[in-house]
Amino acid sequence: MKKISLVIYGLLLLGLIAAPFIGLYPVFVMKVLCFALFACAFNLLLGYTGMLSFGHAAFLGSSAYAAGHAIKMWGVTPELGLLLGTAVGALLGLVFGWLAIRRQGIYFSMITLALAQMMFFVALQAKFTGGEDGLQGVPRGKLFGLLDLRDDLTMYYVTLAICVAAFLLIARTVHSPFGQVLKGIKENEPRAISLGYDVNRFKLLAFVISAALSGLAGSLKTLVLGFATLSDVHWTASGHVILMTLVGGLGTLSGPLVGSAVVVMLENKVGEFGNLMASLTHIQWFTTLGESVTMVTGLIFVICVLAFRRGIMGEVIALFDRRRAKRN
Amino acid sequence: MTLSLPALLSQLLLGLVNGSFYAILSLGLAVIFGLLNVINFAHGALFMMGAIVTWMAMTYLNVSYWVMLVAAPLLVGAFGILLERLLIRWIYKLDHLYGLLLTLGLTLLIEGAFRSVYGVSGLQYSPPEALRGATNVGFMYLPNYRAWVVVASLAVCFATWYAIEKTRLGAYLRAGTENPRLVEAFGVNVPLMVTLTYGFGVALAAFAGVLAAPVIQVSPLMGQNLIIIVFAVVVIGGMGSIMGAILSGLGLGVIEGFTKVFYPEASSTVVFVIMVIVLLIRPAGLFGNEK
Repeated sequence: MKKISLVIYGLLLLGLIAAPFIGLYPVFVMKVLCFALFACAFNLLLGYTGMLSFGHAAFLGSSAYAAGHAIKMWGVTPELGLLLGTAVGALLGLVFGWLAIRRQGIYFSMITLALAQMMFFVALQAKFTGGEDGLQGVPRGKLFGLLDLRDDLTMYYVTLAICVAAFLLIARTVHSPFGQVLKGIKENEPRAISLGYDVNRFKLLAFVISAALSGLAGSLKTLVLGFATLSDVHWTASGHVILMTLVGGLGTLSGPLVGSAVVVMLENKVGEFGNLMASLTHIQWFTTLGESVTMVTGLIFVICVLAFRRGIMGEVIALFDRRRAKRN
Repeated sequence: MTLSLPALLSQLLLGLVNGSFYAILSLGLAVIFGLLNVINFAHGALFMMGAIVTWMAMTYLNVSYWVMLVAAPLLVGAFGILLERLLIRWIYKLDHLYGLLLTLGLTLLIEGAFRSVYGVSGLQYSPPEALRGATNVGFMYLPNYRAWVVVASLAVCFATWYAIEKTRLGAYLRAGTENPRLVEAFGVNVPLMVTLTYGFGVALAAFAGVLAAPVIQVSPLMGQNLIIIVFAVVVIGGMGSIMGAILSGLGLGVIEGFTKVFYPEASSTVVFVIMVIVLLIRPAGLFGNEK
């Protein structure tokens, strides 16, 4: 099993390295990569610690604004901008986590949602975010003064390298003794307490790591696209990352990768799919499909929760396990 | 800063109006959570449905406001019962988070459906003839419709409180919240009770929607921001007590109203700030007893 997944990860990495040369638009793949990083960071919290944060948009969005503002207005280098964005995510995560872990379960989700909504209003009213217009025209600059990021291809490989590094960090965290304690807390919190673990400190640390990596994803996204907007801080972005993780498979390392690709692709292609269906079936209604991405998203949520809780990778892994059990 | 008393009082009234919506919605959330263990994210969308259904009936069919005040909650409540029977009942045995995610999906579906028909711009209908204008009560002019909203909401809230805390049916409901299996052993049809409770909670949301429509603009997204504020209200009040939900809803509405007078920039965040303070001082919520 381990061998197979190593081979698959290797193939995926090769595919990503080759992607710009086989006709995939680099900016689109970079966007998917940023969301994949965001979803992996989120999954560290929900999938491995069992805490459903409904406020991750706050980390994504605030870091996007912070990095964008620093790079555009203060003229800092891109690597400093990314670091600053990550730090903002971590700091915000520390505050949110410190407040939210006072309550468990459903209250935790509601508190994180409310705190993130507060950040949304702050972003809406603050001067430096540009309000409804967003923060536009963030220059990419030169990484370490050497690599010119204005070239899409250079930017692409830098993005890929950062995402792979972050993914390895998450994988390492999950398989470390720390990650095992997190899983223990998820399965049975009272027992973890009775074994002498300071559960709240573990939860807080997991929350901060997740928030910091979400911040990295947000600032990277700003660097790639050149803007940060209110939609990054809006609660729908939090819903989005939940959906990606759920579709891909909660608590699997590869799930968020698959889920984010599927969801981003779906949103881009739903309109085209609608037009195709309309021309095939001559039913005009299908052309409106592009405008109803919200409905499609909602429908996927409902289906996933009712019938597909393991997600894509969860099902694949379960299938492998069943086959191996049969062989033995 | 100089403030005239009438200006302050009119903001107080506006705060009470918003507070009544918070109260009705958090009351519904609390009742549903008590029996179903589901946090109904769709509450905001169903509130919106109440308003839009009323707008549709008044615009297309010329039905009067008074008829819709009763008919809209019944219609939306029936829709809620349908949702519960078809979808929500399958997830009672799962982790709480799936309830939140399922109702979030339903929210997106409902809002998306109305959006594809009506767009995001606001629609409006005027209050009925009898409630238009304002009354001079000596020290200020009291807008009739706003006064009506507060009175009607309070009446519904206290009727609900009475039904749950003082009647035999309410006793079944409270017992079902404590221990559904034991209540079922006594011959009470608990699944039916659960379904009707969801329908009732949803009908409350729709009722608030009908009341709200002439005050705030009717649009498919009108429930989105509201539901998040109501979540904060629920965290502040705690879902353990019905009276707690009503009082914290009203109180926060009033505080929000006053913030609009003294420091308008903070009016959209003040409820969240209060939530943070409550979490620091009394993590279980003001009236809370954590389950």
